Formats: sequence, C-alpha cells, structure tokens
Amino acid sequence: MSSNQTVSTTADRSPLVQSNRARWTVRIIGCTAAVATAFTVWLGLWVTPPDQVQGNLVRLVYIHPGVAWVALYLAFGLAAVSSLLYLWPRTRSLFWDRLAASAVEVGVVFNVCTLISGSIWGRPTWGVWWAWDARLTSTAVLLVLFLGYLALRRVPAEPDVRAKRSAFVAIFASVDVPIVHFSVLWWKTLHQGATVLNPNLSPTIHGSMAWTLLLGFVALTLVFVWMLLVRYRVGVLEDFLGTGELDLALLERQAEGVALDEGDVAVATGVANASDAPLQPGAVDELALPEGAR
Amino acid sequence: MWHDTILVAGKDLRIEARSRVALSQVAPFGIVALVLFAFALGPDRSLMAKGAPGLFWVAVLFCTVLAIQRSVSVESVDGARDGLRLSGLDPAGLFLGKSAAVAAQLVVLEVVLGLGVVLLYGANVEVPWLIIASCLLGTIGLAATGTLYGALSAGLRVRETLLPFLLLPIAAPVLLAGTRIWQAAMAGGTPADGSQWLRLLVIFDAVYVALGVVVYGPIQESA
Repeated sequence: MSSNQTVSTTADRSPLVQSNRARWTVRIIGCTAAVATAFTVWLGLWVTPPDQVQGNLVRLVYIHPGVAWVALYLAFGLAAVSSLLYLWPRTRSLFWDRLAASAVEVGVVFNVCTLISGSIWGRPTWGVWWAWDARLTSTAVLLVLFLGYLALRRVPAEPDVRAKRSAFVAIFASVDVPIVHFSVLWWKTLHQGATVLNPNLSPTIHGSMAWTLLLGFVALTLVFVWMLLVRYRVGVLEDFLGTGELDLALLERQAEGVALDEGDVAVATGVANASDAPLQPGAVDELALPEGAR
Repeated sequence: MWHDTILVAGKDLRIEARSRVALSQVAPFGIVALVLFAFALGPDRSLMAKGAPGLFWVAVLFCTVLAIQRSVSVESVDGARDGLRLSGLDPAGLFLGKSAAVAAQLVVLEVVLGLGVVLLYGANVEVPWLIIASCLLGTIGLAATGTLYGALSAGLRVRETLLPFLLLPIAAPVLLAGTRIWQAAMAGGTPADGSQWLRLLVIFDAVYVALGVVVYGPIQESA
C-alpha cells in the first residue's frame, strides 16, 4: 500500500529507532543499569557500615553525589554542547536538537532528585529542609532555567524553528550558570561567615564505602544513558507521528475523493472491503510506529 | 552598525515619547509594587530600610519585564518586524538600538523607583556613586538579556507568560549584585565592598551584549 511506503521511508532515517542492533544496545544498557543500581542499593543499605558521626544517614551519600553529577554536569553539559552543535551550520541536524531536548528532560528529573535527596539529608543534619547555601541555590536556579527551556519547547512550532529557538535558550542559560554560581557563592560568603556545611561532617571515605560510592556513580550514569536513549527514541517517534498522521490524513482525504468518484460502482458491487479501505481504526498505530515500538 | 543603533533607538524612544506607556503605566506600576512591598513587610521602618535594596531591584526586574513586553509589542503589529528585517539594518545595530532604548527607559524608571525607596522606606544612601554605577551596569545587563529573550519570544502566542519565566532566572545575578552594591552604599562602606559585585555586573553585561551582537540576526530569522 502506498501509504505504508510513505510512512516507513521517513522512519528509516533514524537508525536508533529502526535498527535491531541499536534496540538491543539500549536494552543491554538498561539491564546493566538496573543490575548496577541493585548492587548499589544492596551495598549501600546492607554491606557498608553506618558512619561514626552521621549513622545511617551516610547512606544517602552513595546516591546524592551521583545524581547531582548526572544532572549538573552530564545532562546539562550535554545539552549545552548539543545545542552548540545544532547552531553550528556544519553540524546542524535535528539529531543534536533531539539529543539536547532529551538530555534536558532527563537532567531536570535528576536535578529534582538532587534537590530532594539533598533536602532529606539536610533536615536531620542541618535541622532545615532548605538552606540558602551557595550550591543549593545555584542548583535551584539551574532547575528553573531549564524548566524554562522545556516550557519553550512545548510551544508548538516547526521543528527547525523550535530547534533553533531552544538551542539559543540552552546557550543563554548555560552561559548564565557560572555567573549565577559565583554570585550565589559570594552572596553566601558575604551574608554569613560560618556556613552550615561543617567540613567535619563529611565522612572519611574508605574501603567498602568508597567502592559503593564509585559504583553509585557508574550506576546512575548508566541509568542516565539509558533514559537518554529511550527519551531520544520517543522524541523521534513523536515527531514522526506528527508527520505520519498528516500523511495519513491527506491520503484518507484523497481516498475519499476517489471513493466518491467510484462510489456508485463500489457500493453496488460490494467491493469496498476492509483491505481496500485506506484507514481503519487503529491503522495509525500500525503504520506510524515501526517494528519494536509497539 | 552604530548608525543603525542610533536609528533604531531613536525610533523606539520616539514611539515612547508619543505613547508615554513607560512613563504613565510602567513607572506607576513600579510605585504600586513598592507600596505593596511595604504592606507585606509591615509598618516597621527599620525593616523597610533594611529590605530597600532588594525591593528596589525586584521592582526594577518587574518593570524590565513590562518594558521588554512593550518593546516587543510595538513591533508585533502591522508587520513591523518583517519591515525591520527587510530594511537591511545590521542585526547587531538593531539589537544594540533596541537594548539602548529599553535601557534609557529603565534608567528613568530607576530614578523614580530610587526616589520612591528613599522617600517611602527611608533608605539612607551614604555613597551615591556606588548606587549610580550599580544602576547603570545593571540596566545594561537587564536591557541586553531582555532584548534577547524578547526577540526569542516575539512570534509566540504565549509570549506574555513565557517571557518572565525565561528572563527572571537569567537576571538573578543582576538582582544579587545590585542588592549587595546598594547595601554597601547604604552602609557607607568603602568602594572595595562593592567592587567585586561591580566586576560581576561588568562580566554579565559583556557576556550578554556580546552574545546579542552575534546571535540577534539568527534569532530574528527563527522567530
């Protein structure tokens, strides 16, 4: 059927969506991430000893820095680089745009997790859920900046226009990050001399604790990569569904015209059976989503 | 480029001189904000004087959003944006011109708000030149970032709601630096107290003015 061909040629352009090997790579990364996370949880909750000063609270340390590393450096760094590569005329491709969007979306999730896990740690340690500490404040500002990016992306627009606009916002936000960081740092130091972050509170890391911490970083990085790839794939399918639906709607309308011309004959002879009908309920799903997406 | 800057700035300021939107709507809004802050803090005058620097800058930020909305909306009707693009003016000049017009209006607003803070909150300014320097540098940064985001959101139907959300977090360093410099100026501190923050403002201004000069053309095309 001609409609099927139109749709599938669009899908072939994205190897990550179509190729078998890519799908398996994503699955393997996902499984490795799950196993690594499970190991981290096991080591963090059962194997490692409680800290002398902080007791069981230290167990958050296996997760919190890893989550923060993914959000603040990996995800937002990747988003900034991808946005730059999109804006650079020689490397302009929707691939970079989608990668940036996926990285920001996953990064925002990790950023929220960073703030939540930090708050949970802060409540018993500092006595407050939120301290206007330099790091906390810049992390929160970063979250708001990239929420703005996501809000802008939700505004309906042509893919190229949206990509360009979003890339600019990502660049403006990334440029702001060091300035915000320094301003908040100075703001804090000038505001009050003694900080609530007592250096003595940081546990001396050694032995099983160090390994668990390291494994936590690896596990969370894998989780990030897996989420990024899956989100990218969903992004491709979303874009594709938009164009695919339009193609289908056009074909449907054209077919209506043909059916009107041949209507008398078709109805009289009863030729119009299911296989000839250009669009059946559920046909959009079958046509628009390539193998493995269902 | 400089010629185009003067042309565009002149055009925007002429529109303002004839319509008086900033003077008759944005400035009174700023005063209303100051009064509301006072209500929120209570009648304690020492508390108001203490909060004056921050409240001044928050009011300035709100007014910036309004000024930028206005600067974008004068070009949203009658195909004025397309006209500007077709005019062959240098995009960098266009950016600098629009920023300069916004900055000029903001300076007037800041004078009004500054007087308001001194009169209403009883803020006592010991080192006036620090205040002036912070206002000038802060204004340049706010106008530059505002014009950039204004251009980005120019064609959007959700412009009014999206612009503050995008612009205000970016402008957070200006608020922090401006507030600190005001506090130093009110405490009668040495110039060294404010110089670190003045440097930060200079860096902020330089970064966003340079970005604007480079990317304003492509942004216009994408809007």
